[in-house]
Amino acid sequence: MKTRPVFRTLLSAMLLSVLSGSIQAQEMVEIFGPENATQTILLRSTTDISVFGPVVEDFVETRPGLAVRYEQWGSNGLYHLTKQECHEGTPGADLVISSGVHQMVQLVNEACAWRYVSRLTEQVPDALRWRDELWGITREPAVMVYNRDLVPVDEVPKTRFDLLDLLRPADTPYEGRVATYDIEVSGLGYLFAFADSQEASTFGALQESLGRGNAVSTCCSADIIRGVAEGTYLIAYNVLGSYAQGYQQEDDRVGIILPSDYTLVLSRALLIPKQAEHKDRAAEFLDFLLSPQGTLALKDALLISPLLEAAEENRRDALSPTAMRPIGLSPALMVALDTLTRETFLRRWRATFPGQRGD
Amino acid sequence: MSEFIHRMAPSSLTARVALGITLLLMIGGVFVAIAAFAYGREAARTAYDRLLLGAANDIASALTVQDGKPTIELPVSAFELLALAPDDRIGYRIIGTEGQTLSGYDEISLPVNRQEISEGFFDGAFFHEPARYVVVSRRFAERTLNGTIRVVVGQTLNARDAMAYDITRKALYVLAASGFAMALLAALVVRSVLRPLEDIAGGLSARDPHDLTPLDTEVPRETEVMISALNGFMARLDRQMNSMRHLISDTAHQLRTPVAALRAQADLFTDETDASRKERIVERLQTRTASLGRLLDQMLSQALVIHRGDSVRRECVDLRDIALDVFEDGAHKVLFPEMDVILDIGETPVEVMADAPSLKEALKNLLNNALSYGRSPVRIGATLENWTASIWVEDAGPGPADTVLAELGDRFSQTTPSRKSGAGLGLAIAHSVAVSFGGRLSLERTSMETFRAGLVFAVTPERAS
Repeated sequence: MKTRPVFRTLLSAMLLSVLSGSIQAQEMVEIFGPENATQTILLRSTTDISVFGPVVEDFVETRPGLAVRYEQWGSNGLYHLTKQECHEGTPGADLVISSGVHQMVQLVNEACAWRYVSRLTEQVPDALRWRDELWGITREPAVMVYNRDLVPVDEVPKTRFDLLDLLRPADTPYEGRVATYDIEVSGLGYLFAFADSQEASTFGALQESLGRGNAVSTCCSADIIRGVAEGTYLIAYNVLGSYAQGYQQEDDRVGIILPSDYTLVLSRALLIPKQAEHKDRAAEFLDFLLSPQGTLALKDALLISPLLEAAEENRRDALSPTAMRPIGLSPALMVALDTLTRETFLRRWRATFPGQRGD
Repeated sequence: MSEFIHRMAPSSLTARVALGITLLLMIGGVFVAIAAFAYGREAARTAYDRLLLGAANDIASALTVQDGKPTIELPVSAFELLALAPDDRIGYRIIGTEGQTLSGYDEISLPVNRQEISEGFFDGAFFHEPARYVVVSRRFAERTLNGTIRVVVGQTLNARDAMAYDITRKALYVLAASGFAMALLAALVVRSVLRPLEDIAGGLSARDPHDLTPLDTEVPRETEVMISALNGFMARLDRQMNSMRHLISDTAHQLRTPVAALRAQADLFTDETDASRKERIVERLQTRTASLGRLLDQMLSQALVIHRGDSVRRECVDLRDIALDVFEDGAHKVLFPEMDVILDIGETPVEVMADAPSLKEALKNLLNNALSYGRSPVRIGATLENWTASIWVEDAGPGPADTVLAELGDRFSQTTPSRKSGAGLGLAIAHSVAVSFGGRLSLERTSMETFRAGLVFAVTPERAS
């Protein structure tokens, strides 16, 4: 990623989760803006600082005297913390941005969010807006990533069916070398798996194949993609396109495929907690993200994916628009968080990936 | 308000109609709004209750038992159904056989007095916001699980309120549109109702000042009353003006001859030198002036009769009283002591609707005529026969010559007396009175030796009885 002349004042990487044993801890913190800022707003996000940082920088550049404290969280930790703060009424973050949109929907449903309407928020499509309390701010496809050196060109899967076909033969070289999220740990992985299960009956077959093919379930986008680049895995399924493309810009060993049967499109959701202390500033940040300038910054950060634009522009080899399945922000996502449903779903998952967790 | 209406009302018909319609629409608007809101709420409640019930049944039917434990994969369809109320938050709770929460929001509590509710709707709250819930239950009778699992599904009320307001708003739009149409129609109606009045007013103001002919009665029935009243008034005015015109010309005509005679005598007197002749001229002058005085009296009484005939209210008059009054007046005894006058009246009243002074004046004139030109004895009386009431004077003479009688008949068969009457005005007065009260003057030779002059009125049977 290109570097900028920034007001970056502090970068502290913290690895507390191992020490505290709690999932409720931020992974990294960084403060954007001048040291003598009169006001600091707290932004909690699941997005890597390195990815989202430039967008925040663009924002604070235009707001003298304002600093943004950026805390990077895991989606489950962020969800539980936000929920706890909401129900206890203690002021916490001024902005919460999470890729676990089902959790965000749940938070809105529990009256944890502040309502805000502006000219810009009204332009957000209905599917990416709920109750004017939750907005989808990014467009990121769930893609398949493969190792260009190790996967022959004619074997590169274009669809989920192709992947199924690769895994079917008994002596397939892909056995144990197809990776996907561990959905028990990653909120995003669970969300994608759940969306897959809603989207097509293919998922049952795919899950079965993955299990039979001893596919690897592991945590975190970055680890998976690096694994593919280094040849540990040949193919990764349901990886966030923004991370994959970011990685690809530095390391062209990875190839990216938007499955042409259908491609899930995630919009990270933003909400302003109702007990936030700087709601107006938070709303300013939201408007910034929705403004042309903010949209441009998000595009630079690959959070509004150029892959999708290629699809929209109908380029050859690109995805047809009808294959895009945005994950809409609607209460139907609450199903994903239901205790019993989750249990049922995870039970099936565990049956597919026995003993692979905690890699 | 009432004062306002009072001040407002008389100014114009249009303002009255506008005020009426405005009040009607305002009151109607309030009623319609209330009714529409009540209806809208009911409709929204019914519609969204069905959604809730559908979603709850959807969820209940997805319940299964696995390893002795109830499990479920929540059907997304149920939530999509609930998402038809796009901005409403959704609460659900699945309650196990022991009353424990299996899944969903523990915060949702069943109504205090209906803890055992297994079917039905209730109102509650969801995270401090009012909400509506439905409960459905599913019975399990498995080896490992026996009991009832209840599913509670609820939703906040945004969509319901929005629908109720929407229905109310639409009803008010319709009301506003129909109100506008009503106002427009009312304006047209008022305009078309008032047009005949404007036409009448226009017709009247365009009229020649001397034109007293009746107005066109081709008008709506309601305004016809006014038109006929106006026409009646104009007819009376016309009649009076005619009478006045005749009176003036008659008077001028009748005064001309005696006044000319007087002047001639006066000239003679100036030129005359002989004293005895002067004496005779003076005598003649005296006679002339006396008769001129009588003429003037008669003219005045005719004017009086004409005036009263059109302006005085009719009352019930017994003709016998008139005859009696004239008889007892006794003037004839002084003026014509040589004539016998006999009163001839019966027992039964002879009543007509008329004006007593006018009748008296007429009868006096007839009596004077009889005394002046007829023969003794003269009888005056009033009779009622064949639905005809009459008051009359009869003398024992043959009356005027046939030619004179015919000429008189012609003159008085017209509705107005001819200006050519050279003789006394007595008959003219009697005629005027008779006509004024709907009767006529009757001059007839009742036998060879009697002549009767009288006023004859038709009597309706009711009046006679």
